[in-house]
Amino acid sequence: MSFLAAVLSATMLAQTLRMAVPYVCAGLGGVWSERSGVVNIALEGILLAGGLAGVVAHVATGSAWTGVAAGAIVGAAIGALHAVIVVRGRVDAIVSGLAVNLAAAGGTRFLLRTLYDSSSNSPPVEGFRVAGLGGGSGVALLARTALDPLTLATAALVAGTAWTMLRTRFGLRVRACGEEPAAAAAVGVDVPRVRLAAVSLGGAICGLGGVALAYDQHQFQSGMSGGRGFIALAAVVLSGWRPGRAAAACVAFAALDAVQIVVQDQARAAGYAAQMLPYLAALVALWVIARRRGQGAIAGRPPAALGKAID
Amino acid sequence: MIERLRGATTATVAGVAAGWLALALLVWAYGEAPAAIAGQLLSGTWGMPYGIGQVLYKATPLLLTGVAVELALRAGLFNIGAEGQLAVAGLAVATLGAHLPRGTPAWLALPAVLAIAPLAGAAWAVVPAILRARFGAHEVISTIMMNRIADAAVGLALARGLAIPGTVRTPDVVPGARLPRLEALGLTSLHGSAVSFALPLAVVVAALAAVWLARSRVGREVVLVGLSPTACAAERIPVARRLAAALVLSGAVAGLAAVAPVLGYKGYFESGLGAGAGFGGIAVALLGRGHPVGLVLSALLFGTLEQGGLVINARVPMEVTTVLQGVIIVAVALADARVRAALLGRGRAR
Repeated sequence: MSFLAAVLSATMLAQTLRMAVPYVCAGLGGVWSERSGVVNIALEGILLAGGLAGVVAHVATGSAWTGVAAGAIVGAAIGALHAVIVVRGRVDAIVSGLAVNLAAAGGTRFLLRTLYDSSSNSPPVEGFRVAGLGGGSGVALLARTALDPLTLATAALVAGTAWTMLRTRFGLRVRACGEEPAAAAAVGVDVPRVRLAAVSLGGAICGLGGVALAYDQHQFQSGMSGGRGFIALAAVVLSGWRPGRAAAACVAFAALDAVQIVVQDQARAAGYAAQMLPYLAALVALWVIARRRGQGAIAGRPPAALGKAID
Repeated sequence: MIERLRGATTATVAGVAAGWLALALLVWAYGEAPAAIAGQLLSGTWGMPYGIGQVLYKATPLLLTGVAVELALRAGLFNIGAEGQLAVAGLAVATLGAHLPRGTPAWLALPAVLAIAPLAGAAWAVVPAILRARFGAHEVISTIMMNRIADAAVGLALARGLAIPGTVRTPDVVPGARLPRLEALGLTSLHGSAVSFALPLAVVVAALAAVWLARSRVGREVVLVGLSPTACAAERIPVARRLAAALVLSGAVAGLAAVAPVLGYKGYFESGLGAGAGFGGIAVALLGRGHPVGLVLSALLFGTLEQGGLVINARVPMEVTTVLQGVIIVAVALADARVRAALLGRGRAR
C-alpha cells in the first residue's frame, strides 16, 4: 500500500477521529478557561487526573458511565482549584498550572501504586463497546469510533460550547470577564464567580477527554496525556480563542498523530520524525499566525484581560 | 530590605508547612506512619555523608536550570523550555566528548565540552526567542513545543548513529572531558556520591548571573524591560533584542545544566538523562525569589526532595515528592501574593 493510499484510507480517518476526541475536549476546556481570562496550562494535568478518575470509577463500579461522570467531576474540581488559586489567590496562572501538572503527574502515579500496586498502568477496563461492530478493517474501526458515546458527546460539546459562548447570557458574561473585567464588574457581574464557573466547566470537559484517552487504550497508563494538553492549548491560541476553530485545529493535530500511526506501520524509522510533526506544525502555525496578526491581517486576538488579575 | 526578608520568611514558612502537611497526609493515606517516613527521608539525605553528596548532586542541575528560568523571568518571560535545552545540550556534550581524540588533555577537552553545552542550549532557545521578540508569539507555548521536538530529535539522533548500536546511550566521553568528583578534593566522606565540580561551577554561574543582571548595561535593561516594556520602548531601549537576549541566555544556562549528569556522573548521555531538571528549575526559580542565595537554598530543598523520594521509595511511592513540589510551589506563590497585596494596599493607603 502506498503512503498516499494509507493516508487517504478509512483507517486514517478512523485514527484521526480516535485521536481527536481528547484533543478537542482539552481544547474546549482551554477555550472556556481562557475566554474568561484565566490562562490554563493545567489542561495536561487535568487530562491525566480525569483519565485516572474515570478508570478507577469504572473498575470499582463496572460501569463505563460512572467513569465518565467521575472523570468530569475530577476535571471540574481541578479546574476549580486552579481558578481559586489564580483568581482568589492572585497567583500567576502559569505558576499554578505548572504546580497542578506536577501534582497530577506525581499524584496519578502515587494513586496507581496505592490502588493497583503498579506505577505504570491500571487494570484493563472495558470502556464503551458498540454492539455488533467487531472486525479489524478500517471501515469497522471508523464505524466503532464514530458511534462511540464519547465521540458523539465531544461533537455535541463543540456545538454546545460555541452556542453557549456566543449566544447565551452566561457565555456573554464569560467573554466580558475575559475582555473587560472592570466593566463587567461595574454592571454587576461577579467576575471571580464567573471565572470560577468557566474554568470548572472547561475542566469538566477536559476531564472527559482524559476518560476518552484511557477508555481508548482500555487502561490508564502513567503519563498517558503525553503533551496533548499543551498541543490543545496551542490549538486554542492558533484558533484565536474561538471554539469551532479550536476544535478544527485540534482535529488537524489529531490527523498529524494519525499520520504518525499509519506511517509507523509502514516504516519504523520514520517514527521519530513523525513524532515531531504535530509540534513542528504548531510552531510554524504559531509563527504564521503571530506574523499575520501583527500585520492586522486576521481577526482572532487574545482576550484583552487574559492572564490579568482583577483589582 | 526588612520587608523583603519578612516576605521571604512568610513564604518559606508557608511552603515548608504546606509541604509537611501534604507529605503527612499522603503517607498516612498510604498506610504508613508519617513521622517515621519523614525521619527516614531526613536521615537518608542530610543524616549521612553519602546522602548529602547525593542531595548536592541532584541540586546541581536544578540550580543551573533555576538560574536559567530566573534570567528569563526577569525579562518577564517564562522559559518552560529548559527541559529540551538541557536534553539537546546533554547529547551535544556527550557526542563531542566521545569524539575527541582519546588522549586529549583535560585543559583542552574540558573547555571544549563546557563550551558546547551552553551553545547547544542557546541554539535550542533561538527559535522561541525570535518568535517572541520579533513576532510576539507566546514563549510558553513555543518553548513547550521545542521540548517535545527535542524529545523526538534526541531520540532520532540517538537512533541514527549517535548511540552505541542497539542501545539508547552514547559512547563514553574521553577521560580528559570528565568533570572530577568532589571526593577528589579529599572529601573522602562523600565517597560514592555523584557530586562533582559541576556544583561549584553552578554556584559561580548563579553569582555571575546576579552580577550581570545588577551591574551590566544589557542585564539592567533586561530587568527594566521585564518591569515595563512600554516605558523601555519610550526610552529607546531595544526591547525586542533584550527579550531575545534574555531567552537565549536562559537557554545557554539551561544547557550548561547537562554538564552535571553527563560529565560529572555518567560520562555519557542516554535518553532521559537529566529529565525533570528543566521543570524543577521553574520551581527553584519561583522559590529563589530573585536572589542567588535564594536560588541555592531552593535548589537544595528540591534536591533533598528528589533524593528523599528515592530513600523512602521502598515504603512509600517516591512520587509523593513530585506532589510535594506542586504543593510547595502553590503555597509559596500564595504567600507571596498575600504579602505583595498587603504591601500594595499600604502603598495605596486604602
